[in-house]
Amino acid sequence: MKGNWFSRKQLAIPYIMFLILFVVLPLIVVLYYAFTDGDGNVSFENFLHFFQNGKTVGTLVYSVIIALITTVVCLLIAYPVAYILAKGSFCGKHAFLMLFVLPMWINFTLRITAMKEILTVIEGNLAYYQFFNTILCMVYDFLPFMILPLYNTLTKLDKSLIEAAHDLGADKVQVFFKVVLPLSVPGIISGVTMVFLPSMTNYVVLDMIYNSTYIMGSLIGSYFSAYDWHNGSVISIILLAMIFVVTMISNRFTDGDDASAERARRL
Amino acid sequence: MGESLIELKNINKTFDANTVVVEDFSLEVKKGEFITFLGPSGCGKTTILRMLGGFELPTSGQILLNGEDISNLPPNKRPINTVFQKYALFPHLNVYDNVAFGLKLKKMPKAEQDDKVKRALEIVDLEGFEKRDISTLSGGQQQRIAIARAIVNEPEVLLLDEPLSALDYKMRKEMQIELKSMHKKLGITFIFVTHDQEEALTMSDKIVVMADGEIQQIGTPEEIYNEPKNLFVADFIGESNIFKGTMTGDKLVRFCGAQFECVDDYKKGMVIDAVIRPEDIVITTPENGKITGTVLSSDFKGTFYIVVVQSGKNEIEIHNLKHFEPGTKVGLNIDPDNIHIIPYDMTINHYDGRLSALNEEGMVTVQFEDFALNADPVKIYAAMGINAHISEDGMALLDENDVQLSVEGLLVDASFAPSDAQMSDNAEAGVVTGNIISFIYVDDHYRYTVRSKSEEDYIVNDEDLWNQGDYVSVMIPEDKVTYEIIEEQ
Repeated sequence: MKGNWFSRKQLAIPYIMFLILFVVLPLIVVLYYAFTDGDGNVSFENFLHFFQNGKTVGTLVYSVIIALITTVVCLLIAYPVAYILAKGSFCGKHAFLMLFVLPMWINFTLRITAMKEILTVIEGNLAYYQFFNTILCMVYDFLPFMILPLYNTLTKLDKSLIEAAHDLGADKVQVFFKVVLPLSVPGIISGVTMVFLPSMTNYVVLDMIYNSTYIMGSLIGSYFSAYDWHNGSVISIILLAMIFVVTMISNRFTDGDDASAERARRL
Repeated sequence: MGESLIELKNINKTFDANTVVVEDFSLEVKKGEFITFLGPSGCGKTTILRMLGGFELPTSGQILLNGEDISNLPPNKRPINTVFQKYALFPHLNVYDNVAFGLKLKKMPKAEQDDKVKRALEIVDLEGFEKRDISTLSGGQQQRIAIARAIVNEPEVLLLDEPLSALDYKMRKEMQIELKSMHKKLGITFIFVTHDQEEALTMSDKIVVMADGEIQQIGTPEEIYNEPKNLFVADFIGESNIFKGTMTGDKLVRFCGAQFECVDDYKKGMVIDAVIRPEDIVITTPENGKITGTVLSSDFKGTFYIVVVQSGKNEIEIHNLKHFEPGTKVGLNIDPDNIHIIPYDMTINHYDGRLSALNEEGMVTVQFEDFALNADPVKIYAAMGINAHISEDGMALLDENDVQLSVEGLLVDASFAPSDAQMSDNAEAGVVTGNIISFIYVDDHYRYTVRSKSEEDYIVNDEDLWNQGDYVSVMIPEDKVTYEIIEEQ
């Protein structure tokens, strides 16, 4: 076409280069290391090593538990907040929303450091409530990622649907459970995806408050820093598989829905 | 028609303290009626409907259903169901679950639910659609499901908020007929809201014409069309020619430079607006016509031609089955039955103001809500038959017997004719600014209503065409204003 400087194909070149360099090649490297032994022979030794070792499997379970609890707590806190923000009509609503979003602008290691100091002041010694403190810091870290998609879905919820439900005889509680909650599922899914996956691998929180490494992300780090590329890659592959499964499940949930789900998922 | 089912008593609705949406609305709806609220957008018709549905509460006034006050009941406690403008079907439920939504909330046994849903879908002609997903339905089908979802609850009243506005022309025509027959079949009261006058005329038993939150006229479609109560109704419902004229005798009226017989009886000498529908004007030869004129244009409209005839200053629109070449000399006749006379509203452009003290020139400033004008107090008193003059020191106004007359704070009524006022798009040019809220074509000019911020209306005649919503300033010539003293202090 006249007037177009580049064709579509030409414009795609930088992105394809980027994808090859930073996504495809690293993935191939990781796959190579995961399925080979030290001499370059194909083997499943590394996987066996991971699943036969009580310590590594324990770390996997521990990571999943922490991620699950963090996600549930985030959801329980975020839903009412997002609902009030989206449906309420009080002044200072936007300031209120900013209060929840503002911490996202500060580097999260700084936030965790601050949290650590506060907890030290309150609890004296952080060693007493290790699990509680971990969850608390994780929730603090990830809460905005849960609020925002929920808030977006709820503000886009067609008001006439709520009115229609009222009109057909539903009281406020019934309206919530029969209309609002089902229609906010896309927001919930996207919030859960944005909290669950990163919190499973987020070792910085644990590392910073306890110098401990009992979480999947830190396990990779510890293998790599010992130049054990094979075992580190195996864990990466396992995490990748889990992410793949979670994404598949969340897509399944949102597929049947309409454009609003589509929008929520893209967030 | 049976006894009255709904009674609306003096309903007022204001938003944010000073935006009046509905003003003193009173209406009685009979059982089984098909009643339509008709008006331009923003006239408050939807707000009335929402108050009936329970989505808005009236600021004051009462809504009675079967004699019981339901003004403050929530929507779920009212035996009224609504068909929403954009259908508001639940996208996460299939057709069956949408229709059965209300029945499930009533905890109705499953078998009975199935039966009722099936019958409701039969009424809207969508049998067998139970399992379908809402997103797979066309606009017309969604519309029908929305109706089925409402009528399945067997409400006493069905509210329809512009339900056909999203459909294309053919579909809309079809649904109009179907809704009408559904209404007959079900026998329940339908309250329908629309801005489409044709739709209202086709479907309703009774039409409520609204403008500006107020009822303009209530009547059957025939009454509304044939006997419009005021110019707004005449102009809004169908096409109209409006001419200014005077009553010249017993059932005689003069306009467009000719005298006509009419059926309305008004006092001789009275100023009136004559409303004539374009299809009621008969074109004949120049010798046989009461009015003569030249054809300006003739445009084909499918079933008729729109013929525009210039007669003197007036442009007259006529719907005729035959085509006339532009330039043809024609004569026009109007049957006495087809001349609708509306008394010219003499109450327009009256404003209350208070006088200031006398200034050095012996003049006063009259302060109105929106503006101020300079006036001669001697002239103001002269209109009352009092021969006043300024005292020698220039400080007071005295009558013939040198008794001091009150000036400062005196309440007066100022009035001026629409033809004396002018409009400008320069906000500085006039004494008051506002937005054009409506206009009609009369004789050879437009009659505009300009509403100021303080909700005062100003009627101004202008030959140029402005748009609704235009921000204009109104110029009021001080020498054309007449004053009347309302009370002496």
